[in-house]
Amino acid sequence: MGGKSVNFEGCIALQIQKIDLKIKTPNKIRQSLTEIGELSYFAGRFFKEALRPPFEFNEFLRQCYQIGYRSLTLVLVTGFIIGLVLDLQSRPTMLQFGAVSWMPNMVGISIVRELGPVITALVCAGRISSGIGAELGSMRVTEQIDAMEVSGTNPFKYLVVTRVMASILMLPLLVVVSDAVSLFGSALIENIQGNVSFQLYFNTIFDALSYTDLIPALIKTFFFGFAIGLVGCFKGYYSKKGTAGVGVAANTAVVMTSLLLFVIDFVAVFISNIFFDV
Amino acid sequence: MEQAKGQKEVIIEIKDLYKSFGDHKVLDGFHMELYKGENLVVMGKSGSGKSVMIKCLVGLMQPDSGYISVLGNEIKNLDRETLDVLRSDIGFLFQGSALYDSMTVRENLEFPMRRHKEKFGEIKDTTPLVMDALESVGLVNTIDLMPEELSGGMQRRIALARTLILQPKIILYDEPTTGLDPITSKEIIELMRNIQIKYGTSSLIITHDVDCARVISDRMILLVDGINYAEGKYTDLIQSNDPKIEAFFKK
Repeated sequence: MGGKSVNFEGCIALQIQKIDLKIKTPNKIRQSLTEIGELSYFAGRFFKEALRPPFEFNEFLRQCYQIGYRSLTLVLVTGFIIGLVLDLQSRPTMLQFGAVSWMPNMVGISIVRELGPVITALVCAGRISSGIGAELGSMRVTEQIDAMEVSGTNPFKYLVVTRVMASILMLPLLVVVSDAVSLFGSALIENIQGNVSFQLYFNTIFDALSYTDLIPALIKTFFFGFAIGLVGCFKGYYSKKGTAGVGVAANTAVVMTSLLLFVIDFVAVFISNIFFDV
Repeated sequence: MEQAKGQKEVIIEIKDLYKSFGDHKVLDGFHMELYKGENLVVMGKSGSGKSVMIKCLVGLMQPDSGYISVLGNEIKNLDRETLDVLRSDIGFLFQGSALYDSMTVRENLEFPMRRHKEKFGEIKDTTPLVMDALESVGLVNTIDLMPEELSGGMQRRIALARTLILQPKIILYDEPTTGLDPITSKEIIELMRNIQIKYGTSSLIITHDVDCARVISDRMILLVDGINYAEGKYTDLIQSNDPKIEAFFKK
């Protein structure tokens, strides 16, 4: 229940206050530590509620449609342009070094390992995380979340669990689509400027790519999806009163998610370098 | 059921309720009883703790200390599931209506119903229940509209229909006429009276609208600085010479 979370957050704030008294942490650092504590508790609550029935399957499907299908156009356009731009920017340099035949390898690995997942996640952070933050924020402000609670529905399960789950499931799919159109965009430039056939281009890319490129990149997208859904819900669910609070929730959701995505990306690359021979 | 005082049956009891936000004391030992079939109005200025009290009552907020009992159940001792079952007996009309804006009127009304299968069982067709609730508030033709297509007064009526659909024993009204024009306010007050007669509910009404209090109250509590400053019937309170009480009734 909401009350429990408030107590726990209060406890976190109290602990940080105690630490603060001893070592005089600056205000900003204290706020950040409190927020990290609250977000961790929120994540813990998500896992607890996600595993406990009843499951809101219909709302989960609706969110999959909202998060996945509704983001598709944006992901397609950005993915395609990334492919075009990457090829256009790299081609002159590769020509200078006489390495233009390595273009498919370079573009393929860059897109699949890093650019595709990270840029898609950042684009989705802008759309999904801020959207969820604003939606839940406005529901909080207009007492719709309280109304849900009073009607005997667990709003955390109905609003948060479904959105985070949908985000976890949809983001890897969006990244796969984005990777595919990026590679197609790059192939188009190679076809126009270098007279390379699509078949040859894609054969070269698939020869260059291995499972050690695909699997770590795909795994990290689940974590990206988790971060996007979780931070959006966290910011919206605990939005401050008033319309300004909704704006702040949407805005800080994007900032925090973007930051978290880079942290997750660094950790994922670091771990995959240990476990996969890349 | 809770203890009976005289012949009246107490269905809500609050004792020594305290709630502060930081150094700001909002409720400072508030107490009240709501009897079966009664319309109790709690009046107070903005920020006097009325809404905080009503939110503590349904478990939306945790008081710092105090005893709250609803239909014989002490709120703080209830686990989530038992509290949810109890909530089906408590209707709550929010100040801003709080209709789910991504759902139609029909879906808004169906939403609480499907959460309370222990009360309604498996309902295959919810339409008769939805229509009945909408009929009670006189808005049958809005069933497929979205909340944004309704006026403020209509939204308040639909919100009332949503509370009625659970067939509650108690209805809590948080500022039911705030933000409405005088004519719509009158209609809402009339509707509240009709509902009480038709369904036999007990009502706790939080308001600072004197007209609303005059028409609907059986008994009133004036909340000042987090405590019960005065209590009694409207006709008695309005004759008081106490400046703080007079201030409530000045137009």
